[in-house]
Amino acid sequence: MPATSPISRCDPQAVIIRHGSDPHALVQILRELQAELGWLPREALTRVATALGLTLAEVEGVAGFYRFLHLRPVGRYRVLFSDNITDRMLGSEALLQALCRQLGVVPGAIVGDDPLVSVDRCSCTGLCDQGPALLVNHHQVVTRLDATRVAQMAELIRTRVPVPAWPAEWSLVEDRIERADVLLASPPAQGAALAAAIARGPQGLLVEIERSGLRGRGGAGFGTGRKWALCRKAAGTGRVVVCNADEGEPGTFKDRVLLSRHADAVFEGMTLAAFAIGARTGFVYLRGEYRFLLEQLEAVLQQRRAAGLLGSSICGVAGFDFDIVIHLGAGAYVCGEESSLLESLEGKRGNPRVRPPYPTESGYLGQPTIVNNVETFCAVTAITLRGAAWWAAIGTAQSSGTRIHSVSGDCARPGLYEYPFGTSIRRILEDCGAADTQAVQVGGPSGVCVAVNEFDRSIAFEDVPSAGAFMVFDRQRDMFEVARSFTHFFAHESCGFCTPCRVGTALLVRRMDKLAAGHGSPHDLDALFEIDRLLRGSSHCGLGATAGNPLRETFNRFRPAYERRLRSLHLIPGFDLDAEVSIARQVTGRDDPAAHLEQQG
Amino acid sequence: MNPSASLKLPDGRRRLRLATTSLAGCFGCHMSFLDIDERLLMLIERVDFDRSPFTDFKKIGHCDIGLVEGGLCSVENVQVLREFRAHCRTLVAVGACAINGGLPAQRNHLDLGQILAEVYRERPGLAPGSAVPDDPELPLLLNRVHPIHEVVQVDYFLPGCPPSADAIWSFLNDLMDGRTPHLGHGLIRYD
Ligand SMILES: Cc1cc2nc3c(=O)[nH]c(=O)nc-3n(C[C@H](O)[C@H](O)[C@H](O)COP(=O)(O)O)c2cc1C
Ligand code: SF4
Ligand code: SF4
Repeated sequence: MPATSPISRCDPQAVIIRHGSDPHALVQILRELQAELGWLPREALTRVATALGLTLAEVEGVAGFYRFLHLRPVGRYRVLFSDNITDRMLGSEALLQALCRQLGVVPGAIVGDDPLVSVDRCSCTGLCDQGPALLVNHHQVVTRLDATRVAQMAELIRTRVPVPAWPAEWSLVEDRIERADVLLASPPAQGAALAAAIARGPQGLLVEIERSGLRGRGGAGFGTGRKWALCRKAAGTGRVVVCNADEGEPGTFKDRVLLSRHADAVFEGMTLAAFAIGARTGFVYLRGEYRFLLEQLEAVLQQRRAAGLLGSSICGVAGFDFDIVIHLGAGAYVCGEESSLLESLEGKRGNPRVRPPYPTESGYLGQPTIVNNVETFCAVTAITLRGAAWWAAIGTAQSSGTRIHSVSGDCARPGLYEYPFGTSIRRILEDCGAADTQAVQVGGPSGVCVAVNEFDRSIAFEDVPSAGAFMVFDRQRDMFEVARSFTHFFAHESCGFCTPCRVGTALLVRRMDKLAAGHGSPHDLDALFEIDRLLRGSSHCGLGATAGNPLRETFNRFRPAYERRLRSLHLIPGFDLDAEVSIARQVTGRDDPAAHLEQQG
Repeated sequence: MNPSASLKLPDGRRRLRLATTSLAGCFGCHMSFLDIDERLLMLIERVDFDRSPFTDFKKIGHCDIGLVEGGLCSVENVQVLREFRAHCRTLVAVGACAINGGLPAQRNHLDLGQILAEVYRERPGLAPGSAVPDDPELPLLLNRVHPIHEVVQVDYFLPGCPPSADAIWSFLNDLMDGRTPHLGHGLIRYD
């Protein structure tokens, strides 16, 4: 620990009391403590453990789970470069190297007890339409990085200028809405949908949502009305509404814009859900990378409370009591999976739960809970106001309404594009000004890769489903490298709970890296597909089950990109075999032929 | 004797040739192989042993099956393994050491140079002037111990430390009869 223990600068007690000494607020308490201390000294964790009636091991176990929580000093400036493939395509890697050079640090390394700065990479920060981007001290973002910004940033860090005093335009986050349809064009007037719902009654609202055919926008596409009905019917007291604003799927940033522009519609959707299922408690699980949105979201909540749209007797209806608390995530993609999200909300490590029971039966603290995506709640608000028939008339038979796409990569106009379901991929490419496109990754790394001959396919649950990301790759891009980057993402984000995924994702990465290094043979491809099969068949949650998707999706369409990396028919070691004899050669002073090994034998 | 005559079994099937070797292992896997006891007699009805500690042949000929115990800790291990790969239609990694590096790989978190220095130069009780042996006949050690599949293509893995005699017997019978080997419950053991 550094000589001047930072704990003297902060009283954990104040933070703990602010959270009512509630052990379920542990993740929030740790986040806030760290915001003050820069890291989490054991001394502070011990105090937290005592105050919450937990053991130190439990508290350290939670702190150790999240990437944005640190058990050792990581620098007064913690700089994380967003490492999505789209950031890389915009040159993030060279900028990262430049910053490190100028600051005299090594990427990923943390040197000394009280370093000034550390620089590392993190998973996509959801700023793909204005990248390359980075995150400082798990709070401020810097968008549109270039060599000038990086040079100035190095200077600001060297001269210890606090991050809030950095040029304000650096952290400007644009809401780039390039094509608006029913959701993005005209946000409903505050409270209007609530009034309509109250007129219909909870059961009437439920029926309306079911009839609209609305399916969840977070990925799985489960019927929203059905989910709500299950939750309403479930045994047990208490009901909880959770908005999944974890938006961790690389290449997705629509929820960021919805929360920034249409927070009222999101919160109203949550309140409508509470009305329909009889919930009094609501949470927004906001990804840590969107910490910069927190204050404005809190302000909207406050304003809604003042307007009688949250709190007790909402809109004057006796017994209609509901309020919303915002929880911040701490850099874990798996916490977007609904059961991990609930664990995290309860102040625990974000390991996925065993299902069943599903959250609708037993969710937050065992209470029946619905978890829905940000966009789903926006749609709920629109449907309540304008009717199920109106919504169902948009889109296709099995995919009603619109879908918002986060478009990034090789195109002239990245940003949000909202279209009715059933819109062709070709149309979206034309609208965003994509030229010479060879592939689109729809729905992020866990989604689908679509090649030129499939551009007439359309986005819909019955054709190409999408969790909202739309990353465009032109002919200059190497699709093997795209898949390799996605594979690294999954390995980085594996929560480590189950062996197939913890080990399998690491093995995938090793083989992909081996191919990239020019040590590949057909045997490596066989091994890759065998690992993928194991991952799909035996992983505990969707992360492991989809970790092999980039490999399979790109291999099926861009096979030569793999084949040109196969250097031999026979297996070759993935490491330099002769270098493995280097120490023994040195120690014995030998250099005879028997002291060497050929790479291929 | 006409070699092709001995290649046929009475039922018309071809006799198979089997080679085995112990690389960086403890011979425990070979001992377990011998534990098939009287079933060895049934085995030699169907196979001829080529290079193996059981025959003490030093050179390997063309074989149907090669069983490899132990991982790679030296240059010689790599050479023997490559000879096995070049001569065996089917190559099997037998036991934890061949599959994962096993016990010998416990040294992987130590620096080889330091280990050698401590053992040959700095240990108390060494004769003055003791040095790390540098005779060209001695195989040099690798910086780290590797499982065999990292260097050659391996067709099957027979886990266990050692795999039980029953597991080895069932595995060999599957191979000899043309079935994809499946150990199933009871025969897979990791200790
Ligand atoms: C690894 C993983 C990550 C996920 N991340 C998110 C996410 O960031 N946002 C989201 O809404 N759903 C995410 N999901 C899906 C959720 O588990 C859940 O299905 C969804 O929030 C339900 O809301 P919906 O019905 O409105 O789509 C993820 C699922 C998995 C398996
Ligand atoms: S599949 Fe991966 S992310 Fe999911 S529980 Fe297993 S280790 Fe964790
Ligand atoms: S696997 Fe076990 S029995 Fe076989 S060589 Fe290794 S240590 Fe010995």
